[in-house]
Amino acid sequence: MLPYEMHECYCQVIGGRIGVLGSFDDFGAWNRKTEKKLIPAAEDPALELRNVSRRFGKTVALDGVSLTIGAGEIICLVGRSGCGKSTLLRMIAGVDTIDAGRILLNGDEVSGPSIFVEPEDRKIGFVFQDYALFPHLTVEQNILFGLRGRPKKAAAYRANEILDHIGIEHLKARYPHMLSGGEQQRAALARALAPQPDILLMDEPFSNLDRGLRDRVRDETLSLLRRLGTTVIMVTHDPEEALSAGDRIVLMRSGGIVQTGSGYDLHDRPVNPYAAEFFCAFNKVPGVFREGHVETAIGRFAQRLELGEGSPATLYIRPQGISVSRGGGQFRGHVQSRVFLGDVEQLAVKVDGLEQPLLVKTMLRLEAGTDLVGLVVSPESCLAFPAA
Amino acid sequence: MTSAARSRHRRSTGSRWLVCTGAVACFVMLPFLALLLQAVQGSAGLWSHLVSTVLPVALMDTIILLSGVGLIAAIIGTTTAWLVTAYTFQGRRVLEWALLLPLAVPTYIIAYAYLDILHPIGPVQGAVRWLLGYSSPREFRLPDLRSMTGCIVLLGFVLYPYVYIPVRAMFLTQSANLIEAARTLGVSRRAIFWRVALPLARPAVAVGVSLALMETLNDIGASEFLGVRTLTVSIYTTWVTRSDLPGAAQIALALLAMVVALVAWERWGRGKQRYASSAQRNRAFEPRRVSSATGLLLFIAGLLPILVGFAAPAAYLVVAAWKRVEFAGFSSRFLFEAANTIGLAAAATAMTVVFGLLVAYAGRLRPGLLTFWFHRLSTLGYAAPGTVVAIGILIVLGTFDRFVDHTAIAWFGISTGLLTMGSSAALLYAYTVRFLAISAGGIEAGLSRIPLSFDHAARTLGQSKVGTFRYVHLPLSKAAITAAGLLVFVDCVKELPATLLLRPLNVETFATHLYGEAARGTYEEASIAALAIVAIGILPVILLSRMGRVSSRA
Repeated sequence: MLPYEMHECYCQVIGGRIGVLGSFDDFGAWNRKTEKKLIPAAEDPALELRNVSRRFGKTVALDGVSLTIGAGEIICLVGRSGCGKSTLLRMIAGVDTIDAGRILLNGDEVSGPSIFVEPEDRKIGFVFQDYALFPHLTVEQNILFGLRGRPKKAAAYRANEILDHIGIEHLKARYPHMLSGGEQQRAALARALAPQPDILLMDEPFSNLDRGLRDRVRDETLSLLRRLGTTVIMVTHDPEEALSAGDRIVLMRSGGIVQTGSGYDLHDRPVNPYAAEFFCAFNKVPGVFREGHVETAIGRFAQRLELGEGSPATLYIRPQGISVSRGGGQFRGHVQSRVFLGDVEQLAVKVDGLEQPLLVKTMLRLEAGTDLVGLVVSPESCLAFPAA
Repeated sequence: MTSAARSRHRRSTGSRWLVCTGAVACFVMLPFLALLLQAVQGSAGLWSHLVSTVLPVALMDTIILLSGVGLIAAIIGTTTAWLVTAYTFQGRRVLEWALLLPLAVPTYIIAYAYLDILHPIGPVQGAVRWLLGYSSPREFRLPDLRSMTGCIVLLGFVLYPYVYIPVRAMFLTQSANLIEAARTLGVSRRAIFWRVALPLARPAVAVGVSLALMETLNDIGASEFLGVRTLTVSIYTTWVTRSDLPGAAQIALALLAMVVALVAWERWGRGKQRYASSAQRNRAFEPRRVSSATGLLLFIAGLLPILVGFAAPAAYLVVAAWKRVEFAGFSSRFLFEAANTIGLAAAATAMTVVFGLLVAYAGRLRPGLLTFWFHRLSTLGYAAPGTVVAIGILIVLGTFDRFVDHTAIAWFGISTGLLTMGSSAALLYAYTVRFLAISAGGIEAGLSRIPLSFDHAARTLGQSKVGTFRYVHLPLSKAAITAAGLLVFVDCVKELPATLLLRPLNVETFATHLYGEAARGTYEEASIAALAIVAIGILPVILLSRMGRVSSRA
C-alpha cells in the first residue's frame, strides 16, 4: 500500500542510512509516536526481559524472569493459573509496573529502575481474554480508536485495510454486543493490529470460544499473523494449544521460567518432572538406577541420568507408549476400569509389584469382561528422573 | 533515540491523584475534627448543665424514637417486599414501584401535612365527628398527633422504603432452589416466610433499618413540629437559642456516637448480605398465583403504606397548593425561593460530582491502602446528621473568617467580616460533606462495571490516562454519573437541618420556608413549596424503580 502518511513523512539518518520513518510535530520536535523503523538493527531482539521481578504484597508474581524474543517469532507463554504469565504480559505492555529488572523493546529500555515508558508510547498491540471491545463504539470505531492522531483519511484507509485483511468488513457498522464470540475475537485482533504494533500480545485469546470454533479461529489467526510477520506473545493455560501454536514455548511456574524451547523439546525432552507432567499424564513407576538402566518391577529401561549407582529413580511412561496384547507381553495385569474415549480407550491395569494401576491408552477393542491382559512398554516413550 | 525524554517517573501521575484525594478527605474530615476539638475544649460548667438537664431527656427520646421507627419500618418494609415477590395478583407490578413513592416525602413534610390533615378542625377529624354525630372538637377529638407515638408512626410510614428496597432485592436474588429445598424438607408454604425467607433476609433488613434510622437521626422538622425533643433538636436549640457552640458540639458528638454504632450495624449487615447472596444464582423463585379475592386483599394491604406515606399527604398538598394559588397566585417570593433552592442544589451537585469523580477514579487508577482510606474518610459524611455537619462547619469557617478578618485588618486596615459564613460557601460545604458518598458511590459503581481490560486496551491503543477517561470511561459511565448527580441534587433540595443552620441571612429555600411557617403554625405558601419538594423528590423514585426493573429482569 501507499501509506497516506507519506506526504508528511521525514526521515532520520542513522549511520549513513535512512533508518527511521516518521514526522515532526507542530512544534518542530521529532514525534516519536509516528516513528517507524525501516531497518531494525539486526542485533536488537524484538523484546528482551532481564531479571524482571514483581511482587504483590507478599506473593511473588515474577521472580527474576529473563527472556529474549526475536522479530517475527510466535511465543507461547504457558503455565497453570497464577504462574505469572498474564502478569508478565501486562508488564511488557506497560499497564503494570515492574519492581526490578529491565524490559527492552527493539533495544530501547521501556521499563527499568529509572525509566518507565507509558503503554501508549510502546507500540504494542494487546488482545484481551474478554476482548475488551468498547461497547459504546462500533467495530470500525473500535479500530479507529487506536488510529487517533493519524490524518483522518489515513486512519480510515488503514481501518478498511485491516478489516479486509481479517475478513470482517461486513461487521464494521455493528456494535460488539451484536457479534458472536468468534467475530468479537477477530474484531479485537483487527483493533490490536491496526496501529501496526511492533509486538502483539494475546492473553488467552481463544479461551472464550467454543471447542470446535476455537481450533479453526486459532489456525486462521496464527496463519494470518505468520503471513504478516508479526512478533507474537500469546498466553495460554492449555498445553495442547501451546504445542500447536507457538514457534517457541515458554513454560512458567510460580513466577519463574521452567523451560524454553520448541514444542518437540518441551514434550519429548522435558527438563524436570513438572515440565514432563504438564504436557502428558505419565505413569510413574519407582525404581533404582544401576548401570545406565532404571530397574523397576516391570523391567529394566536404559536411561541417561546423572545419578550414583543404586540411587532411587522414577520411570515416567506415557499411557500411549504401553501397548496391549491379548496374550503374552512383557508382563501381565488385571483390568480394573475402562473409559472409552472414542479413538482410544483408557484402561487402568493393576500390575503385581506396583502400588498404582498403570494407565494405558489403546486403540485395540477389547471384549467386554476382559480381565487379564499382556502389556509391552516401548522404551522410547519412557523418561526417568531422580526420585523426589 | 531519547528514551529518557519520553519517560516519566513511574509514580508521578499516581501520586498526583493521591494528593487530590487526600485533599478531598481532609476537606470532609475537617468539620468532624473541629467538632471534636471544640467539644473537648468546651467549658466544664456548661457540660454538667447539659448532662443534668438536656441530655437525659434528649437521649431517652431519641432512643425511643429510633426503636419505634426501626420496628415500624422493618415490619412494613419486609411484609410489603414479601407481598410483591412471593405472590402474583392484579396490580402487583404497580405496587412494586409505587411502594417506593414515600421516599419522595421528606420527614418534615409528612409531619407538616398530617398536622393539618389530622388537626382537630381538619378534614379527617371533621369527617369522623360528622359520622358520629358530634358537633364540636370539644365533644370529641382523636388523640393529639403531636406526641412520640405520632412521630414514630409518621416517620415509619415514610422511611419503610429504605427497608423495602434491600429486602425486596434479597428476595429477588434468592434462588428458587433454597425455597424448593425447604419445601422438600417438609416446610409448608405458609411457613416458608418465617423459616427460610425471613432468616435469609435478616442482613438486608439490618441494612435497611440502619439507613432508615440514620434518616431519623437527621430529621429535625418532624420531631420539632410534633414536639419530640431529640438530640438533633437539642443541638439546634442549643446553638440557635442559647448560642452555645461548645454545648452544641458536645451534643453533636453524642449523636455522632450513635451514628457510628448504626454504621457498624449497617456494615455488618452488608457483609452478611454478601454471604447470603453468594448462593448460586439460579432462577428467582416463581411468585405464587392467588385467587382474585385474595389478590384484592393483598393489593389493598400493599396500598395502605402508599396511601399513608405518599398519596394522602401528596393529595393534601395538591389541594392546599391549588387553593393558595387560586387565592393569591405565585408570589415573587416563591420564585426567589425556587431560584435559591435550585441554584444552591445545582452548585452543590456540580461540586459533589467533581469530587466524587476524583475519589472514585483514584480508586481505579491507583488502588492501594492509602487510596482506600482516603475514600473511606471522604465518604464519612453520609451518615452524619445535617446538624452535626453544620455545627462542625460553623466552627471551621468561623475560625477561618476570623483569621482572614484579623489578617486583613492588620495588613490593609479593612475588615472582611464574615467572608464565607455570610455567603453560600458554608452551605455548599455542608452539602458536599453530606452527599459526597452518594456521588462517589454511584460513580464508583458505574466505573466498576467497566472491566480493567478496557483501560489496558485504551492505553495500548495509544491513549493517555486522560484520553482513556475521556473516550472510554466517561461515555460508559455517563448514566451512572448522571444518576449520582440527580440523587445528590434531590437530596440537596430536600435537605433541611444544615440549610437551616448555615444559610446566609435572608436566603430562604423551599425547605427553610416550609420549616419557618410550620414552626410558626402558619400555612400560607408552604404548601406550594412542599409540593415542589415532593415533585422533585419523585425523580429519584422513578430512577430507582427503573433500576429495580432492570435488575429483576437480568
